Amino acid sequence: MCIAVPMQILSVDGTMATIGVEGLEQRASLALVPDAGVGDWVLVHAGYAINILAADDAQETLSLLAELGEWGAQDDPDADVG
Amino acid sequence: MTEPGGERILLGHGSGGRLYRDLVNDVFVTAFANPVLDRLDDAAVLASSGRIAVTTDSHVVRPLRFPGGDIGRLSVAGTVNDLATAAARPLALAAAFVIEEGLPLDELRALCASMASTAEEAGVDVVTGDTKVVERGACDGVFITTTGVGEVVVQHDLGAGSVCDGDAVLLSGEIGAHAVAVLAARGEFHFRTPVESDSAPLWRLVEAAVAAAGPGLRFLRDPTRGGLTTVLAELAEESGLGLEIEEEAIPVAPGVHAVCELLGLDPLTLANEGKMVLVTAPEAADAVLDALRGAPYGAGAVRIGSVTAAHGGRVALRTRLGTRRVLDMPVGELLPRIC
Amino acid sequence: MRTSAEALRGLAADLAAEAGPGGTFMEVCGTHTMAIARYGLRELLPPGVRLVSGPGCPVCVTAMRDLDTVVALCGLPGMTIATFGDLVRVPASRASLAEARAAGADVRVVYSPLDAVELAAADPTREVVFVGIGFETTAPTTAAAVVEARQRGVRNFSILALHKTMPLALKALLELGETPIRGFLLPGHVSVITGSECFAFLAADHGVGGVVAGFQPSDILEALLMLVRQTAPAVDNQYTRAVQPQGNPAAQALMDRVFEPCDADWRGLGLIPGSGLRLRAELADHDAAVRFPVDAGEPLEPAGCRCGDVLRGVTDPAECPLFGRRCRPEAPVGACMVSSEGACAARYRYRGLDD
Repeated sequence: MCIAVPMQILSVDGTMATIGVEGLEQRASLALVPDAGVGDWVLVHAGYAINILAADDAQETLSLLAELGEWGAQDDPDADVG
Repeated sequence: MTEPGGERILLGHGSGGRLYRDLVNDVFVTAFANPVLDRLDDAAVLASSGRIAVTTDSHVVRPLRFPGGDIGRLSVAGTVNDLATAAARPLALAAAFVIEEGLPLDELRALCASMASTAEEAGVDVVTGDTKVVERGACDGVFITTTGVGEVVVQHDLGAGSVCDGDAVLLSGEIGAHAVAVLAARGEFHFRTPVESDSAPLWRLVEAAVAAAGPGLRFLRDPTRGGLTTVLAELAEESGLGLEIEEEAIPVAPGVHAVCELLGLDPLTLANEGKMVLVTAPEAADAVLDALRGAPYGAGAVRIGSVTAAHGGRVALRTRLGTRRVLDMPVGELLPRIC
Repeated sequence: MRTSAEALRGLAADLAAEAGPGGTFMEVCGTHTMAIARYGLRELLPPGVRLVSGPGCPVCVTAMRDLDTVVALCGLPGMTIATFGDLVRVPASRASLAEARAAGADVRVVYSPLDAVELAAADPTREVVFVGIGFETTAPTTAAAVVEARQRGVRNFSILALHKTMPLALKALLELGETPIRGFLLPGHVSVITGSECFAFLAADHGVGGVVAGFQPSDILEALLMLVRQTAPAVDNQYTRAVQPQGNPAAQALMDRVFEPCDADWRGLGLIPGSGLRLRAELADHDAAVRFPVDAGEPLEPAGCRCGDVLRGVTDPAECPLFGRRCRPEAPVGACMVSSEGACAARYRYRGLDD
């Protein structure tokens, strides 16, 4: 139940944001992180960003997931979310 | 006058009269175009020598269309693939449609076109069929049941009973894509992903494997609902032998991990619609892998493990960390209406 | 690579070298339970270091009476129950939500409480009740959803507040004194919200150390290493990439605006005063307990079920006489086997070949 994934804020509209990582995009509420903005990395749980992560901290979690083979769209050309 | 593209399926289309006949001609015969179907007999007569395989599948996927495929492609590929697990070259397909009143005709045409192109890929025709129409709300758009008849091209028996200690377990490519694509398209979990369904007819792939393996081919099964885990668990249970699988060797389609991490899903239990699990004698494994990699939809074929006499009936997964755990059949509803 | 098998074995070797007399460590987060089982981390622990599961699975610690209330709500006409998927197959006294759904109840699985608000907004003719289970990671999301519903005037949205908070449960556990706990692996994402500081009392008042841990295998082993290295009880943070000492103040403020502490009944631990969260009186319009009082009937605990003992870390799942026999994931007797984060489900699903 405490699953939470680092994702990056791609765009904001009101209190909602489009967040993405490795080609996956989702909508999440920023109600719990009022200071977050585009480009910030956030931890997402149950459709809400629950805190802001430093970029290298987010990358560290993603790298750990990748090392475990739990992740891995790095060589997927479609994973480029722009 | 109805606008072009504004036509819809009516209850009358299912009643067997003039409207029904027009529908069959305009949509099905036009899409599937082959001499046997053109006769519109109630039963199609085929010729064959050797052993016959027959299989049937109902398709109730929701939504009807999703990235990488649609219910039409699924229905043809799925049945071709079931025949392929018996090493049977597809001879003919029958397609029964239960259509919801109100389905736009253009949608039906598009689905049939998809079925036709998939069938052509597999080298088979849809030679007969049936159509019923149910009132609005009684089904979701359309349910398609396809029955396939095929000609078995091997002389020996394939199946869990033929598998032996030391055999190689192969997987034709990356897993997880179909379920993720359908889940995204369904919209319940509000995420977008570039992942596309892997829905594909695999007869050519299996044909290549059969040619390369000869009598060394033991077992074929496609990991649809319940995923790879279910095929492996069933194989172990049915054969009474054990399986040793390397977690690191199992290829997962790009983008699938991210969704699994988000939703708490396990890629090994996700449905695939264009993948095959093969078991071969150990000396045939390399030749079969080469053949798979050169065949349509087999570029990513890998060996994922072996059959063992130890821990009969159970699948042992060796994790990346070197620890081992038992792989069980998944329990519960997982993801409904996925194929 | 930090997560490679060799690196992890390196951490395990350090643990073996430094664990001293060993001891029992307890994790109190269902996601930790799953991670430990999934990666077979127990296999990497030195003899003498024991890792037990505590009351960290929110579904498992939900009392039978509360589960029965949810099932009873299902039966109200015009009612839609929105819930996280974890709850659907849990057996209540007479039926699970899945069984209620098969019998005609409108039960929807949602990924977020916001989805439940949208369900309500989309169909004002129905009442939507979101079942709010979870600890401090999830409670703020429910709080935010209530605020959103209120702001948008979505009157047919309410929540059944079953959230619980961790610190008082840990206190109660320690006061029971059934198992000597050398240290706690503290929940990483609960701590994102509460901050690591909220667990400081474990060391200060009870002389038991704790380390807030992330969820990758390396995080967990590093946290255990930090625990064995403590020369005096302290509460430390291994999961610095996500957790600050003070947590997320905005989330805490939102929780405080919407909820107030109340008594809560924990499976396995009984009534713990102040360990639950209920909606404040001014939000009664969105409180399912106020708007839809139901008679859930007398709770019936399944015979022989040892979930309570498992949740206190007193009984290992494998020691429960029903485990793997009468109680299996496909035919669960108790919540610990059916919840995706239950200790029994984790142990069964990820069991080794010799188990």
